[in-house]
Amino acid sequence: MVNMAKQEKPILTGAHFMNGDFACAEGAIAAGCRFFAGYPITPATEIAERMARRLVEVDGTYIQMEDELASMAAIIGASWAGVKSMTATSGPGFSLMQENIGLAVMTETPCVVVNIMRGGPSTGQPTEGAQQDVMQSRWGSHGDYEIIALAPASVQEMFDLTIECFNLSETYRVPTFLLADGFTAHLWERVIIPSLETIRTVNRKRPKVRPENYLPFKPEDDLIPAMATFGQGYRVHVTGLTHDERGYPQTVDPQTQQRLVERLCLKIRSNEDRIVRTREFMTDDAEVFVIAYGIPSRASLTAVREARRSGIKAGLVRLITLWPFPEKTIAKITERAKAIVVPEMNNGQIVREVKRTSEGAQVHFISKLGGEPHRPSEILEAVRKAAKA
Amino acid sequence: MKTKQEFEKHPLIKYLREERLPHIWCEGCGNGIILSSFVRALDDLDVDTEKLVVVSGIGCVGRVAGYVKSDSFHTTHGRAIALATGIRLADPDLGIVVISGDGDLFAIGGNHFIHAARRNVDMTVICSNNFNYGMTGGQFGPTTPLDSYTTTTPYGSIEHPFNLVHLASAAGAVYVARWTVLHVRRLTESIKKALQKKGFKFIEVISSCPEIYGRRNKLGSAVEIMEHYGKIARVAHGSDPSKADITDEEIVVGEFVDIEKPTYAELLKKQSMRVKERQAEGG
Repeated sequence: MVNMAKQEKPILTGAHFMNGDFACAEGAIAAGCRFFAGYPITPATEIAERMARRLVEVDGTYIQMEDELASMAAIIGASWAGVKSMTATSGPGFSLMQENIGLAVMTETPCVVVNIMRGGPSTGQPTEGAQQDVMQSRWGSHGDYEIIALAPASVQEMFDLTIECFNLSETYRVPTFLLADGFTAHLWERVIIPSLETIRTVNRKRPKVRPENYLPFKPEDDLIPAMATFGQGYRVHVTGLTHDERGYPQTVDPQTQQRLVERLCLKIRSNEDRIVRTREFMTDDAEVFVIAYGIPSRASLTAVREARRSGIKAGLVRLITLWPFPEKTIAKITERAKAIVVPEMNNGQIVREVKRTSEGAQVHFISKLGGEPHRPSEILEAVRKAAKA
Repeated sequence: MKTKQEFEKHPLIKYLREERLPHIWCEGCGNGIILSSFVRALDDLDVDTEKLVVVSGIGCVGRVAGYVKSDSFHTTHGRAIALATGIRLADPDLGIVVISGDGDLFAIGGNHFIHAARRNVDMTVICSNNFNYGMTGGQFGPTTPLDSYTTTTPYGSIEHPFNLVHLASAAGAVYVARWTVLHVRRLTESIKKALQKKGFKFIEVISSCPEIYGRRNKLGSAVEIMEHYGKIARVAHGSDPSKADITDEEIVVGEFVDIEKPTYAELLKKQSMRVKERQAEGG
């Protein structure tokens, strides 16, 4: 007997116990992702494994490419064929993807890249979580551009923010990164997968004009062009070269380059208020602010609670959006911050942005390298010192 | 009576983005011949160009994607086949033709070529082999003959070139052919055959590059290069691709491989149906 209910159930609505990588894969499927191209790499492999199993069930395509250069190229191709697409990798693979991340930026291709960060440089610490690719995700490809990057801090967020990545990517026609540390990805926690009807999904704008009147790279008022995908009769030409509104190369005209690059950056920057998400805990009267993202934000919350118990007015600002950097949030807390503490599992990356946007504030950085997350006591100690200073 | 203007319109111009012309290629370059053979094949087969995607990489012939009036993607250097794989598998209704150069497809993109051939992803790959990197001013590449002069082999090349038809057949292509730009009619027929066949199809076109590669190696004018091809090309269908190295004395042309094999998309579809049946049975 044919079990129709099972066949018609593309997402696994209900409560589950799973790891972050699996939750990310389920989030992708819930967001409508039907194409995954990837290359095995620790600690992101479980995403590929889950996608290989699950995409077949929802008429999607999983393909294991020959390397990450190819994986990134393939998801761009799939996106232009009209299918939401994703790849998942870690540091070394992310380095290889930078070339075609630039292509996705230039061609305004919606696509999602998951980077489960491990320790680098080079092969580094494959099995240990880190947060060392934050700057690479912002600046890794050549040229001037803007992207969006989100940092989950729980398995539930691995699910939720993967959906959010797809929605942002489709809205702004920009490659969007889920920038997770290896610990959050390998954590096992409870995840609630809502029913399909209650999940908000966004699809790219389609052209409202006939092919003969369509200019594929002419922005609308929101600076984002409507996207005709292949096979719809629009006969779009897509190129990584500097191009005009028709999509045709104009490589020596300074104005075309100026207009294009400015718009590619501005379409993200000018929408910062719509994109940026942060969460604050006990910050109303706070004097010492911990600014954290990913797994260190969990130890930070414990540290802040401990500090409160000992009478220190501490608060936590958790960055969910890393790029565009939440400048306004930081500027706002700078006005009343006695000190800022930034724990990161790297040698100082987001702390540079915090310093840049919190001029005059005392900023203390707690580096954690080697594959061991911060202990709450380490953050608490920094908060205590900052409060005394 | 037709007016002068009507006569001057090329009958195949409807396949090209007229506003993009003139093209960037040098006088005597074989790329125009390849493009015209390609659009003639489209016309002969009455291909629905609305469902056609032309993909190319970087280099002189890479500009083809910008000239053909279909959906088209001019990708990063070497990545045409990888990107085309994504397009093809995401939308099985689209026909994919990759047109690119020897350096793009076989040096920086070599890995993608062999793996797409191995997987038998449905696409036609046409390689314009002009024995050098023309667009950057004539450096040696993966097909440059031994002892040839280029800007980066000023004392002659000491690298052994790829035999592309051997490489393609070893990697698993279901159709492998080689022609020179002199063999216009046969090339067009070959493209037509490839377009009608399923799987990973490869056509090498020995092109002419009189301005860059030709000049440095004293090959003479485009006409002289063509005459040379006429003299040394030997049509031999079904010959052993491993013995088809290009030499000064001989270029073996023709169809080397023409076999049937399930494509990646076909196998994927079959597998998906099997999985669903099993699940429906409660397995």
